[in-house]
Amino acid sequence: MSHPSTPGQTVGPFFHDALPFPGGEQLVPHGDPRAIRLHGRVIDGAGEPVPDALLEIWQADERGRVVREPGSLRRDGYTFTGWGRAATDNDGRYTFTTVEPGPTEPGAARFIAMTVFARGLLDRLFTRVYLPDDEALARDPLLAALPPARRRTLVAASDAAGLVFDVVLQGSGETVYLRHARA
Amino acid sequence: MTTARAGGDASAAPTQADVSAQIAELAGRPQRDQPRLDYPAYRSSALRHPRSELQQVDPETVERHAPVFGAVDADPLDADLTARHGGEPIGERIVVAGRVLDGDGRPVAGQLVEIWQANAAGRYIHRRDRHPAPLDPNFSGVGRCLTGPDGSYAFTTIKPGPYPWRNHDNAWRPAHIHFSLFGRAFTQRLVTQMYFPGDPLLGLDPIYQSITDPGAHERLIATYDHGLTSPEWATGYRWDIVLSGTGRSWTE
Repeated sequence: MSHPSTPGQTVGPFFHDALPFPGGEQLVPHGDPRAIRLHGRVIDGAGEPVPDALLEIWQADERGRVVREPGSLRRDGYTFTGWGRAATDNDGRYTFTTVEPGPTEPGAARFIAMTVFARGLLDRLFTRVYLPDDEALARDPLLAALPPARRRTLVAASDAAGLVFDVVLQGSGETVYLRHARA
Repeated sequence: MTTARAGGDASAAPTQADVSAQIAELAGRPQRDQPRLDYPAYRSSALRHPRSELQQVDPETVERHAPVFGAVDADPLDADLTARHGGEPIGERIVVAGRVLDGDGRPVAGQLVEIWQANAAGRYIHRRDRHPAPLDPNFSGVGRCLTGPDGSYAFTTIKPGPYPWRNHDNAWRPAHIHFSLFGRAFTQRLVTQMYFPGDPLLGLDPIYQSITDPGAHERLIATYDHGLTSPEWATGYRWDIVLSGTGRSWTE
């Protein structure tokens, strides 16, 4: 019999002195030849920016390996840990500097796993940031289960520096959020 | 539901009675051990909860793993929030300790635990905290540690005070410590709040009450543990945390 789990609670408005840390949003340094920018905005149900959200990402490296390296909180500038954390700014914007993940299995769609926290959001939300222009998207079981308009919310757009991905908490264009089975 | 107070103007904030009525309306509903994301009594949730159901999905490889943290990430000194400054902080010194377990009751070893909290007067160091209560130069209210081989964690800190917020007129948060936890899988990520036994504000608080299943929300309340209390030093509270699922699919 499984133990009942401890419920979540909102991250609240006062996490900024505790959770963000220097270099949290830089999974690789800006100058790394592999570096891409993943950026976007967190938007509420009125279309307004959410200035007190916190995002975390977790991903494979560019070769599709899920690395198991400590040191995210005190980055050494050389070790890719696969994990990062960024708070939104006053305009609801966030930025990560990272690499494009490779496929973790041959033919698997490539994505960056993301967790969303915010004041007013009573529990964390999970989502995925899929890479655009990936032929494997057509075979992805999650995307296949979604109607096209919902599917689009999970696929990043490209810009000159990398990837653009908005997190819409509610309403028009609401991002698809996930509940994991058998986890 | 929202009514103006007698003599107040129509735009006045809801009263505690209004909010308590909203809490009562949903109280007791079973809710998967989780808070209701759409919870009108917590007004900030109105535009910040998804309207669509969460999409059920089988976790992929990366989601069956979790980030790894180690000694480089957390200094042992980070677990004592009372020893970070020149002097002793004001307030009731406490030890908060427990274990981080998975859904099978197995310890989650070597994982990161982060906490943050108000000081004894109910004030955060955060720049947006406008509560006219004193800051404490000897307390910043932030700590972290790694769990031991048995999933154990322990922090030395100060009992936080309750504090007012603007959800409704005369709204006060019960005393709490924010906790951030990682498991063996990305899917086990948890951010929550620990509360103290016997706090009279718990029944009035829409954040705590957003977990409408009474058995579930009681799991957020620590237990006073005299065995953790040490003479001439600190009282002790015990709080075990159970992450959802087992996160074991990648190890075995």
